[in-house]
Amino acid sequence: MSNQSVSGRPPSGLHYFLHKSRKALKTPMPYLAFIGIGIWLLSYFLLNEYWRVSPFYKVPGPVEVVTEWLNKDPIWGTSLFTQDYYINIWVSCRRIFIAFAIATGLGVPLGLFMGWSKKFKDYTFPILETLRPIPILAWVPLAIVMFAGFETPIIYLATLASFFVTALNTMLGVESIDESYFRAAGCLGSKKHHVFLNVVVPGALPFIFTGLQISIGVAWFSLVAAEMISGDFGLGYMIMDSFMVNKYTTMVMAMLTLGFVGWITSAMVRAAGNRMMQWRERALGQGGV
Amino acid sequence: MAQSSKNKKDGKLKSLFTDLTLRRGVFSIVIFLVLWEVGFRFHDWFGIMVPFIGKIDAPSLVAARWSEVVFKPGYWESWYLSFGRVFFGFMVAQLVGIPVGLLMAVNKYFRGMFFPPFEILRPIPPLAWVPASIIFWPTTELSIMFVTFLGAFYTIVINVLGGARSIDVQYLRAAQSMGATQWDLFRKIILPGTLPSIFIGAAVGMGITWEVVLAAEMISGGGQQSGGGLGFFIWSSYMGGVMDQVIVGMISIGLAGYISSSLIRYVGYISMPWKRMF
Amino acid sequence: MSATAAAVTGNGASGKGAISIRNVTKIYDPGGADVLALDDCSLEIASGEVCMIVGPSGCGKTTLLNAIAGFHSITEGQIDLDGEMLCGPGKELATQGADRVVVFQNGALFPWKTLAENVAYGPIVQGIMNKAEARDKAEALLAEAGLGGVADKYPGEVSSGMARRAEIVRALINDPKVLLLDEPYRAMDALTKSIMHESLLEVYDRTKVTIFFITHDLEEAIFLGDRVVVMTTRPARTKKIVDVKIDRPRDYRLLSSEEFRILVQETKEAVHEEAVKAFEAGERELA
Repeated sequence: MSNQSVSGRPPSGLHYFLHKSRKALKTPMPYLAFIGIGIWLLSYFLLNEYWRVSPFYKVPGPVEVVTEWLNKDPIWGTSLFTQDYYINIWVSCRRIFIAFAIATGLGVPLGLFMGWSKKFKDYTFPILETLRPIPILAWVPLAIVMFAGFETPIIYLATLASFFVTALNTMLGVESIDESYFRAAGCLGSKKHHVFLNVVVPGALPFIFTGLQISIGVAWFSLVAAEMISGDFGLGYMIMDSFMVNKYTTMVMAMLTLGFVGWITSAMVRAAGNRMMQWRERALGQGGV
Repeated sequence: MAQSSKNKKDGKLKSLFTDLTLRRGVFSIVIFLVLWEVGFRFHDWFGIMVPFIGKIDAPSLVAARWSEVVFKPGYWESWYLSFGRVFFGFMVAQLVGIPVGLLMAVNKYFRGMFFPPFEILRPIPPLAWVPASIIFWPTTELSIMFVTFLGAFYTIVINVLGGARSIDVQYLRAAQSMGATQWDLFRKIILPGTLPSIFIGAAVGMGITWEVVLAAEMISGGGQQSGGGLGFFIWSSYMGGVMDQVIVGMISIGLAGYISSSLIRYVGYISMPWKRMF
Repeated sequence: MSATAAAVTGNGASGKGAISIRNVTKIYDPGGADVLALDDCSLEIASGEVCMIVGPSGCGKTTLLNAIAGFHSITEGQIDLDGEMLCGPGKELATQGADRVVVFQNGALFPWKTLAENVAYGPIVQGIMNKAEARDKAEALLAEAGLGGVADKYPGEVSSGMARRAEIVRALINDPKVLLLDEPYRAMDALTKSIMHESLLEVYDRTKVTIFFITHDLEEAIFLGDRVVVMTTRPARTKKIVDVKIDRPRDYRLLSSEEFRILVQETKEAVHEEAVKAFEAGERELA
């Protein structure tokens, strides 16, 4: 939460974007980033591929991975041009989407009511808090027993992980709303449902979206673990499977793909949040609140 | 004065038993346990088919199994092994993560160079590193610890960096106007100013550490020795078909995680006296 | 302009908004230790009066406002509005309603609604107007207050002075009997504040709504008020009531007049005495 960047997206428009980039190029930051990434890639290359220092050489180096990745006829059977690469990505993304949708659909309303009604919180929160310290991965055997097949247990684990985060952050979001907004709504003649729709929901949105950002991260975290332990498809399975049969190049490729896809999904959540919180965006653009 | 503080204490004790919140909480947990027990025994709740939870061993069975297991040395050895890995990975992550975070916060060039690669690697979930780590490190033990370290490392760096950068510039200016050296600024302002975020990062990092240790133990089969940690305890119980023991393992690891995060909160409370006012 | 204004708010003539506070006592209970915030406090506010409340920090001024608005209960006594009991024996907490609208210390425009949406909110939720009507009305009133150009901005995008004026418009659209203001101009610089004062005076001259105004600023109190009520340090009681017999409409030239200076002096003496007491009590509490 404390690590959330405050800047937000600038107001859209190509002009604004160009202006921003021109300004950024005058600072040393983009050049430093270039050097930093360069150093990282170069040392990765030298240690793993060129000098083959032990034990680095055991993990495939960047040139090998990229060549394989772009190979139309891949040595280990998987690259940008093979179908199973995309099947694995698709399967993982679909699982994440389902899990994230269920977790958000359940977690946000639950969190809203917990934050809004003390009584409701008193009854529900203790159960949540009792279950929460149990690491998601500890649920693997139970998930397999409770649900049949491959698919449902994996989705269940990813859902559970992001559900806790979402519900908790939503609750904190409602609790963070300044009392004076409730009072203002009250003295303007609001009924309870007006307060809920006009104060509780929009007031909690910033926290909800912070929560959703974390929640999609933990959903990926659990999904990968679940796929590694018991999967038939998906990026986690791809990593574990290529490890088992010593296709290490494919394994590194899968890791990088995973990072990229994970990053895209969280960028999507961030964009959705910015869209829904115009009032915050515009105030920040002004350097205001 | 003494009288009033005594009254307060009495009030606290009394409120522990009469507290509405507590009563409601206990009530709903009891209901939960009863539904679970009934669901397992009769496979329906008073006429309603029980979904999912009916297949899971009832609390009474779990309790019985637990009272058996606590007398087995293997159970406690699992605790010991998991705690050891968590502690080691967590400590290394702190020792590396805090300086790296602080360095990124105070030196713009260092940050400009090393933050981008850090951000590129961060979206890869720590567990995806397990196989690579097994290939890389000579022993399974080391590879588990490496993944554990990685899990906590990102969170710690991000929190330290964010915390140090959010320190009000006015404090630094005030100190400079009183003639503070760079070292003074670092030691007297940046370090204590970052402490709250260090502890937030530690608490979150501890949670991730437990997740990772557990998963790594499950994936790698618990190391060379038999009985390799609570994750392995759960996994082998599952493989052996002893479901009530799986739940014992789950609760144990939940407990272990809770103990660790309470410890961090306690250390945070001790080391930040200025944050104690409520 | 005045035609629409009269249609919106016609309180003064019909004589609404008389508040009668009788022997009100409030005891807080934060964690076992009883705190007496209001002690047998009585005050009559006439319909259409601007009643300014001053007193040391934490003395219980806001407690009184909260009791009228229905945010807090009272322990003893009774508060009436136009002869009807708001709270009193058998009904400790007043029902919140749009006949007593509050303008808050730090501003409480909903940051997630534009100024026009904020203003239109009251009539919509009360079911008095539909969305389009409320929206038209809100825009008209904002334009009247000189905020027509920023009606579609969010509160975070406009200056604090604009936001505060919009908040008063949001209150007035409900045609309230009483406007309750809790140090609304506290955090403003002197120049903005003086503009706020003139704008509030203009609103008052037009609507003659009863105003219950809490402040720390004595010059503000005398410049705006018909009466200035000085409260004692906690537990709060009325210590002194200063009548401000200065004709309306008033403007900034009043600030440099002799009679204004004398009134400020008179009030200041009473307040200072209580402030010293409050300060010493605070030191005793910490010791």
